[in-house]
Amino acid sequence: MQLYDMPDARGHFGQYGGTFVAETLVEALEELRVMYEKYRYDPVFLAEYAYDLKHFVGRPSPIYHAKRLSDKVGGAQIYLKREDLNHTGAHKINNTIGQALLAKRMGKPRVIAETGAGQHGVATATIAARLGLECVVYMGSEDVKRQAPNVFRMKLLGATVVPVESGSKTLKDALNEAMRDWVTNVHNTFYIIGTVAGPHPYPMMVRDFQAVIGVESKQQMMEMIGRQPDAVVACVGGGSNAMGIFYPYIDVPNVRLIGVEAAGLGLETGKHAAPLTSNSAVGVLHGNRTYLMQDADGNIIETHSVSAGLDYPGVGPEHAWLKDINRAEYVAVTDDEAMAAFHNLCRTEGIIPALETSHGLAYAEKLAKTLNKDQVILVNLSGRGDKDINTVAKLANISL
Amino acid sequence: MSRIKTVFATLKQQGKTALIPYITAGDPHPKFTVSLMHTLVEHGADMIELGVPFSDPMADGPVIQRASERALSHKVGLTAVLEMVRTFRQTDQLTPIILMGYANPIEAVGPVVFADNAKAADVDGVITVDYPPEECGSFVNELRARDIDPVFLLSPTTDAKRVELIVNQASGFVYYVSLKGVTGAVNLDIVEVAGRVASIREQTNLPVGVGFGIRDAATAKATAAIADAVVVGSRMVLAIEGSNESNLLSNVANLMTELKTAVDAA
Ligand SMILES: Cc1ncc(COP(=O)(O)O)c(C=O)c1O
Repeated sequence: MQLYDMPDARGHFGQYGGTFVAETLVEALEELRVMYEKYRYDPVFLAEYAYDLKHFVGRPSPIYHAKRLSDKVGGAQIYLKREDLNHTGAHKINNTIGQALLAKRMGKPRVIAETGAGQHGVATATIAARLGLECVVYMGSEDVKRQAPNVFRMKLLGATVVPVESGSKTLKDALNEAMRDWVTNVHNTFYIIGTVAGPHPYPMMVRDFQAVIGVESKQQMMEMIGRQPDAVVACVGGGSNAMGIFYPYIDVPNVRLIGVEAAGLGLETGKHAAPLTSNSAVGVLHGNRTYLMQDADGNIIETHSVSAGLDYPGVGPEHAWLKDINRAEYVAVTDDEAMAAFHNLCRTEGIIPALETSHGLAYAEKLAKTLNKDQVILVNLSGRGDKDINTVAKLANISL
Repeated sequence: MSRIKTVFATLKQQGKTALIPYITAGDPHPKFTVSLMHTLVEHGADMIELGVPFSDPMADGPVIQRASERALSHKVGLTAVLEMVRTFRQTDQLTPIILMGYANPIEAVGPVVFADNAKAADVDGVITVDYPPEECGSFVNELRARDIDPVFLLSPTTDAKRVELIVNQASGFVYYVSLKGVTGAVNLDIVEVAGRVASIREQTNLPVGVGFGIRDAATAKATAAIADAVVVGSRMVLAIEGSNESNLLSNVANLMTELKTAVDAA
């Protein structure tokens, strides 16, 4: 059997990925690539990372058998990988710790980040506070409005939050603005990208830092059921929680890997954030080549999702590759389906999931119905929904 | 000989530096772009850098971002830009036109179709901000096969090894970005730039243009003294932004005259 070995030395996953950046950033990316290669397998670095994951984040996160949900849905058994129990409430912290430890080693006193839902911003502000780094977070002004609690959390943690007014005022524009900051302050600044996108080495590095999710899952599933699940399901915005849980499973036969994109108001309406499922064209944005929602002139089109963290027109290049080689499947669920799954998990299991995560849950429910009772679906419960209560209340016309 | 080469050769004989204004195609409205281009030439532009609007101009500061947004609000994309070049060429067969933009509009049609269309419109050079040489080998070949010059950016962070790599792919000229930052920043350090330009010249015979941070006659003059071409972008776009329909062309003409005088005096 040929073992999966991606990306190549220049960060290509087949035709995807790469380093499509302005010349000013090339040197910084090369420096980062070299540093990451140096520390990637360094026992001291890895020990420090593992220590923080255990003592600061609270890993390993448990896997929980959602029995009542499984019974209610009828069909396969649904298990949840509880990333929502991590410190700061989502998987994002796994990655920010890894990158912040690199920033420290590279002597960069200032970190910047882009954020959509605010979870990555909070996770970056958190580790910056702990390590004594200056932190600036870029956030689309639309997202500043819909994720107000996270904006305040970042400020409490000492970060500066910069609302971005350009373009669609969401995640992609926050990324543009963070890139502009980085080009200007490249000498003293480390850019902590929050998902498996951006130029090489980010997609690979973020995947590696998030792979702890899948590594733990493999061991935990053996302990719990004596085998691996039939399907692993995760929501896909940029795709970091999905890559984190998929990656250790790529070489495991008979485990279906299913990424769930945001169908927004419905794929047919064009108001969605599902570049893979909607068969968008391939293009170049934010440093890599991937599937991108765009018009005939190659301009990026506005996306829609009820969840800010999935509201992104592209997707990590490794997902584009896994789709093309048919190792992973990609589907999409609508805002309404995600909302229904959100409420369902709250009421049947006593867990309030993030709206992003609710997309994965919605598809897991659909899939479970088609499977037998002895089959197992593992859902990456990427984050908790405390940050979303304002959005949910607003949708129900309730003012808090 | 390519138009770009010819212009640089002529200027060199005259002991002059090229002045290259940048405007975003379609800004403030597509109906003005061709007249603006002719106005630039009438008032001293040796070449024109024509920006292709893009939804996500990551290397641009607020001024050129706004220009892109104005153009996109009138649905100006690559096809429309090439049409403008074609119209311009009906009355100007001499002034080189260099397209400047981002990779995705090129990716959307593919490098072959892009190069064919650019050739048909009689474009002379292409600068693609987010196509570093490592990622655009086949694109460069397509351009070269049609005698279109791939123009590359060099930055303060580009080391000698990369300069070597880049000048081997580039033709027409190379464009030194005078500072770390986005377009429209204002902290140009002329002494440092002079040093960098000198060391680039040791590695290539291609003309060296300098841009980013040139905002008035003084900085244009200082830059002209050390470079083969002076590129003025955000300042030009600001003049467009600050104009109305009736004074647009005269405001741009006045700015060009001021810059041209400064560049020629260097
Ligand atoms: C809880 C949660 N899940 C998922 C995502 C989507 O990101 P990714 O696809 O990189 O996991 C986010 C992003 O903000 C998030 O906060």
